Amino acid sequence: MPFDIYDLSTFTHWIDTSLRAGMSPFWAVFTEFVLVGVVFLAFYAVVGLFLVYAERRICAFMQCRLGPNRVGPGGIFQTIADLIKLLFKELIYIKNADKILFNIAPFIVIIASFLALAAIPFGKGLQAMDFNIGIFYVVAVSSIGVIGILLAGWSSNSKYSLIGALRSGAQIISYELSVGLSLIVIVILAGTMQLSEIVEMQRDGWFIFTGHLPAVIAFIIFMIASTAEINRGPFDLAEAESELTAGFHTEYSGIKFAFFFLAEYMNMFIVASIAATVFWGGWMPLHIGSWEGFNHAMDFIPPFIWYLGKTAVIIYLIMLFKWTFPRLRIDQLLTLEWKYLLPVNLFNVLLMAFIVLKGWHF
Amino acid sequence: MEGVLPINQVVSEVEQQEYIINMGPQHPSTHGVLRFLLSLKGEVVQYVQPHCGYIHRGIEKMTEKITYPQIIHLTDRLDYLSAHMNNEAVSLCVENALQIEVPERVKYIRTIMAELSRLASHQLWWAAFGMDLGALTTFFYGLRDREYILDIFEQTTGSRLTQSYNCPGGLMNDIHPDFQKKVKEFIKNFRKVLPEYNQLLTGNVIFHERTKGIGLLSKEDAISFGVTGPSGRGSGFSCDLRKSHPYSAYDKVDFKEILYTEGDTFARYQVRMDEMLESMNIIEQLIDNIPEGDYALKMKAIIKLPEGEYYQRVESARGEFGVHIISDGNKNPYRVKFRSPNFSNLSAIDSMARGFKIADLVAISGSLDLVIPDLDK
Repeated sequence: MPFDIYDLSTFTHWIDTSLRAGMSPFWAVFTEFVLVGVVFLAFYAVVGLFLVYAERRICAFMQCRLGPNRVGPGGIFQTIADLIKLLFKELIYIKNADKILFNIAPFIVIIASFLALAAIPFGKGLQAMDFNIGIFYVVAVSSIGVIGILLAGWSSNSKYSLIGALRSGAQIISYELSVGLSLIVIVILAGTMQLSEIVEMQRDGWFIFTGHLPAVIAFIIFMIASTAEINRGPFDLAEAESELTAGFHTEYSGIKFAFFFLAEYMNMFIVASIAATVFWGGWMPLHIGSWEGFNHAMDFIPPFIWYLGKTAVIIYLIMLFKWTFPRLRIDQLLTLEWKYLLPVNLFNVLLMAFIVLKGWHF
Repeated sequence: MEGVLPINQVVSEVEQQEYIINMGPQHPSTHGVLRFLLSLKGEVVQYVQPHCGYIHRGIEKMTEKITYPQIIHLTDRLDYLSAHMNNEAVSLCVENALQIEVPERVKYIRTIMAELSRLASHQLWWAAFGMDLGALTTFFYGLRDREYILDIFEQTTGSRLTQSYNCPGGLMNDIHPDFQKKVKEFIKNFRKVLPEYNQLLTGNVIFHERTKGIGLLSKEDAISFGVTGPSGRGSGFSCDLRKSHPYSAYDKVDFKEILYTEGDTFARYQVRMDEMLESMNIIEQLIDNIPEGDYALKMKAIIKLPEGEYYQRVESARGEFGVHIISDGNKNPYRVKFRSPNFSNLSAIDSMARGFKIADLVAISGSLDLVIPDLDK
């Protein structure tokens, strides 16, 4: 296949075999773990910094202003300057706060978002762990984050934080249902939970095109539910600054606050990655039926660029939501989930199952 | 076991506990140093106790030591968003006490400036109200368009916020030669921009959900709490002093009093949105017809009011602003009382917010358009 020119699995296999040739299997695997960890840490930091910058520029353009434009060309180093500032800020300890939980909470949040990166296919052969239950793993791991949020709110010894944390708990637990069910629609269509295979199956057309109406509905529901799950506007009730000042992270300062902040942006990136992978074909180039020349031209764009481009488009959509809509109230938020999204979703699963059973999909 | 209560007793003790939080004095949505003491049951507000006085500067007391023209400059610092109307109230009060009639030109200019202030104030309110509801983009749209008005103010009065443009007997100085041109430019521009405001916020489904049926205030309650201005008119309380007791040039213009009868947050929102249109209508009727003449009467160097009590009220951007001067014949007033619209409007918040959620309280206090320095004086 033409796009196999960018197949990186030969490269990763070469690393694996050369490592195993030089040392015992245990140390080879250990070295691989460390390598992958270092690469992901660097990736995490770069993506986080870039997303913060992108958000500030995009919201500035939506609000008729310039945004950061002083540090570096176009303000590109502004977030790095902010990071340095946050590193040097004092860590404030709260009186009567539960110290252990208070300190652990930001790590739980950030680790949960970090773990989810492992299963995402960035390109052909460019995936840390190709689980056969990839989607299940991502959904499971990303829901650990709510524990960190609840702990942060509970241990801060602040009433605002507690309200924010409880809101967040109610919200994330509710919307996880919709995220899971909308992904199940695609799992039914694909017949597998393995993310690499799901991408491979979209070679001749992305699921959003081939999956008829249910895939489109599932995509819309996934966008709504995942925006709610990552606590972003218009569903940012957990940190609604006009009501709760900053919600669950009101009492955090310095680098611990930065952890929450970074985790929020990384969760957005992960959610966008999953949406791109599951609905828009991940790193798979755009192929249209029998247009050989077009398909061939598309194959020359590297898969990593395809993946990043799709993710960026979805992130842009999520940002547009935040800067356009007013915030929902907590009861309206739960009404939306339990009275509208969940029934629609259940019906959608049945519809997709029926379509797959009849073999009506492309 | 000792110390462990039976389960039914535990529940009753929990029920008795109040979850009280302090909203303010430093809080993003109290728009200043106002403090709400909230009792919550879950998310539901049981009662609200507003605590004010955090920015009390004793302006009423200070006026007893200064002359009448100097009082004007203190009234700027009350409701800084309708500084011009406050100035006008004091000026009118002094003029009425002295029984002098200011030139027509002064009346026209005062009316135009007051309506421009109202527009600027409502723009800022719209900006901040959107932000209270979590729609952050409105803030910048509102401030962007308010800037045009502040530029007009700066050009004519020399000051953007605390103009002190009125003085007993007229105005501090004449309007800038470009004033009329600039005002017309602004109105032409803002007539195009106002539909944008509606597209961004008014038509939004979430916005309707957040505001309709929230913070109900009946007409009777509005009257008994003394809720005036757009907040009162949202409850159907016809309280527009420009219509009922015209002052300055309001008797020469044709405009509607905006009334909505729903009494919820959305009605108060709609009143202000429509008032912006009406303000533009008023300005358009006056701007080309400003009569020639003096911009101020020649007043004595030291103004002394005859002994007695004088009261004058004007329609500020937030409601009825009143000035009550008691004079003992000296160059300083014996006692001055300002009737601040915000104080009365705030008093209704407990009855409006009870049974609604915290997020609704933010929307309700936003829809009252509170300015804290006016409240605390």
